[in-house]
Amino acid sequence: MRAPARAGPAAGEVALFSLPMRLLLLALAALAVAPAHAQGPQYRARAGTFALTDCRIETVTRGVVERGVVVIEDGKIAAVGAAAVPAGAVEVPCDGGTVYPGMIDSGTLIGLEEVGSQDETQDFDELGDVTPQMQALTAINTSSIHFPITRVSGVTTALSVPQGGMMPGTAALLNLHGYTPQQMATGFEGVVLNFPQSGRRGRFDRREQEAIDKAAKEAMEKLDEVWEQAALYARIDSARAAGGGRQPTGEMAYQPEMAALLPVVRGERVLLVEANAAADILKAIEWLDGKGLSAVLTGVAEGWRVADKIAQAGLPVVTGPVTGLPTRASDRYDRTYQNAALLAQAGVQVALRTDDRMQNYRNLPFHAGFAVAHGQDVGFDRQAALEAITIAPARIFGVDDRLGSVEVGKSATLFIADGDPFEPSTQVQAVFIDGYQIPMVSRQIELYQEYLNRSPGLTARPAGADRQP
Amino acid sequence: MRFLSFLLAAVVASAAGAQTPLNLPPASERGSVLLRGGTVHTVTNGTLEDTDVLVRDGTIAEIGAGLQAPRGVRVVEMAGRHLMPGVIDAHSHIALSSVNEATNPIVAEVQMRDALDPSDVGIYRALAGGVTSIHVMHGSANPVGGENETLKLRWGTLDPDGLLFEGAPRTIKFALGENPTRVHGRGRGVRPSTRMGIEQVYREAFTEARAYRAAQLAAQEGRQPLPPYDRRLETLADILSGDVLVHSHSYRADEILMLTRVFSDFGIERLTFQHANEAFKVAPELAAWGAGASVFSDWGSYKFEVYYSSAYNAAVLTRNGVRTSINSDDAGLLRYLYHEAAKTQRYGGLTDDQALAMVTINPAHQLGIDDRVGSVEVGKDADLAVFSAHPLSIYARVDLTFVDGVARFDRERDGDDQRVYVDPTEEVVSVQSRGHTESCMLGADLDALVYGD
Repeated sequence: MRAPARAGPAAGEVALFSLPMRLLLLALAALAVAPAHAQGPQYRARAGTFALTDCRIETVTRGVVERGVVVIEDGKIAAVGAAAVPAGAVEVPCDGGTVYPGMIDSGTLIGLEEVGSQDETQDFDELGDVTPQMQALTAINTSSIHFPITRVSGVTTALSVPQGGMMPGTAALLNLHGYTPQQMATGFEGVVLNFPQSGRRGRFDRREQEAIDKAAKEAMEKLDEVWEQAALYARIDSARAAGGGRQPTGEMAYQPEMAALLPVVRGERVLLVEANAAADILKAIEWLDGKGLSAVLTGVAEGWRVADKIAQAGLPVVTGPVTGLPTRASDRYDRTYQNAALLAQAGVQVALRTDDRMQNYRNLPFHAGFAVAHGQDVGFDRQAALEAITIAPARIFGVDDRLGSVEVGKSATLFIADGDPFEPSTQVQAVFIDGYQIPMVSRQIELYQEYLNRSPGLTARPAGADRQP
Repeated sequence: MRFLSFLLAAVVASAAGAQTPLNLPPASERGSVLLRGGTVHTVTNGTLEDTDVLVRDGTIAEIGAGLQAPRGVRVVEMAGRHLMPGVIDAHSHIALSSVNEATNPIVAEVQMRDALDPSDVGIYRALAGGVTSIHVMHGSANPVGGENETLKLRWGTLDPDGLLFEGAPRTIKFALGENPTRVHGRGRGVRPSTRMGIEQVYREAFTEARAYRAAQLAAQEGRQPLPPYDRRLETLADILSGDVLVHSHSYRADEILMLTRVFSDFGIERLTFQHANEAFKVAPELAAWGAGASVFSDWGSYKFEVYYSSAYNAAVLTRNGVRTSINSDDAGLLRYLYHEAAKTQRYGGLTDDQALAMVTINPAHQLGIDDRVGSVEVGKDADLAVFSAHPLSIYARVDLTFVDGVARFDRERDGDDQRVYVDPTEEVVSVQSRGHTESCMLGADLDALVYGD
């Protein structure tokens, strides 16, 4: 540990323009300010050609470059390692800092929730139990303060997940910069299935065992019924597409739920299956068996209990929060910290999520660090944890051609840190998303800058101002 | 049933052969141990490399080099390991069977001491995070809550009194803002329903308590008959005399200033603000008044009054001279407060000692137990945590936690199952928790529903 000399965050950079030229550019930029900023002109990101120089580079997939350059052009990584700085490029010196691919939080409510206790600011839980047609992308509030708060930490990408009923909607993987949800979208969307829970829902669940069993049985029956309908809908749709004189004509009846499940049934869209208790995980595996779906298990809090079964099924896992409490009073204190490690040890592909109820998605690297601290004894080292928040989720979500590592041709979605990003004392120096340099501001940073040396500071109270009658 | 469960736990434990809470020494035990050759974070006197710490009968006896362990005393080799004072949480709700008496805006007469649950496995999990003392608080449903209790985590005892931090000052919970106005104003139709109303609840209560105490004094002097005994007013009067320290749940800057003004007007000199998410906005005023703040490292946005929060809160407060601690208010967070303290380095660049003080000497001071715990000093209680690496590093793990010199968490020796009480209805609790309720509203939300909120 050290005492960082710098008090506040800074985005150290040097433009390759003369001072008058820079002033002119600044003035032009000011004139170009459109009224559509999320929270003010200080949030404008900067496009261009950039050269990150004097950097250590953790590519994640191709080892570590101890000293090199990363060139960003047209939103993409144009060079990594020993490269020349292109003419006209804005130079961003790493000053010995390290470049990492942007971190991916594989389970959040970002953009769908602003304030926890205020229903008016929440759009993640529509009425109804089976509503897969509800699209997270529809309701992403691009002006949410949580986007800047999260991305300046180096978490550049997050899965925003509808919550609530059995099939609450379709989740979307977002890059955390953009003025429309579509600008943020990475292309990955997955339908959420909250797999029926067979047990008690928590210590406040006071139902009789009989009622719990009955509810679980009914929920499974409902799920099977929905799936039967979806499969039938898909067969009819296929038959229509195949044509033939005896097929009915006209459009399919309006069934938005079934239409939303159609690509899932065909294995063309991922089904995100939330299951946490060991028994529920096993049941979910059994339910998925033979359906030919593209499925990802999420939550998986008790995955360590049935890790071999998950590995046998070949299902990838999104797990977290790593810092969650153990699920049973009898469990060893560090089981949740170790869950990812024990899953990985069994051969399961693991991605991490914060699923943080305080919207502290910026804690993702700390979750990864905890997984290492308590999992390195079973082989989950720093590289494994780094992969679990970069390339592993990119692969699971099918966006590894663009995200998840520092490689030529990929999206320039990355960050520079002055040390190990898992360590709390490390400062993130700069963030790029899709080639845009993100200003290192958030409301939390602005409040810090405004109040650290407040002006006016302490002043004498006007006489009688506080007197009580 | 409880006894049978206890027996069952004993059988399970002996079968496993590993250390369980049932073979830990009693709460009265004071242990001895030599911690040899580690990095010692004293917090108050800097960091000492390659240093021995000798604990004798529950007290830190010597700090130095080449210390010898008395015969029969355990020696812990500390090479490569770090020692720090046991973590202190100034805001917890574990080990309690109830949290809120939400039936009146003022319930100064109730005490958390009556609700202690020494069988809560959360105590062990906290020890596994290096925590040795917690301040278990009444909830935040009322402007004046009940008296809190400061505990030592003497895991293994079945006697609630075994957990008490002997000699710790009495403290009481106050609460401002959304919670009391929701529960009472909007939930029950009684004052307060606004932050204006909360101020007047205090002024009225303190005025009444002052009159009550004056009447008692007058009676002692034979000038009038003794007023009827009123436990609520007794406690309020003890706040006025400084015998009970106030820890006030608060968020917004305006309400924080309000309470300092009320206290000034009634001559109350000590005050710690709990949560205090906007304390950074009035840091100069808090420093001038001498109030403390016990805050979250990075929580916000879980309700409207914390929407304007900043993770830089602790750093701004510290730089303005406000004594600040970082607390948990949460059974999960409680287990890694050392990490929560480390976040003050990311959000504001505090030094190691400043960061460590957030969860050691500063909360000790706010609870009035800083003469006993909160730093590694000769003469202080041997409440200590041994870490595998620098405690502010993400890769650190707690190896041992000592309370009164007794190892009540021992990573190497402890068995997996550490329950002292086997709950036959135990169920799997999903970690996917979507509740956005603060722990300190436990019990009150149900009441609010009953009252039609």
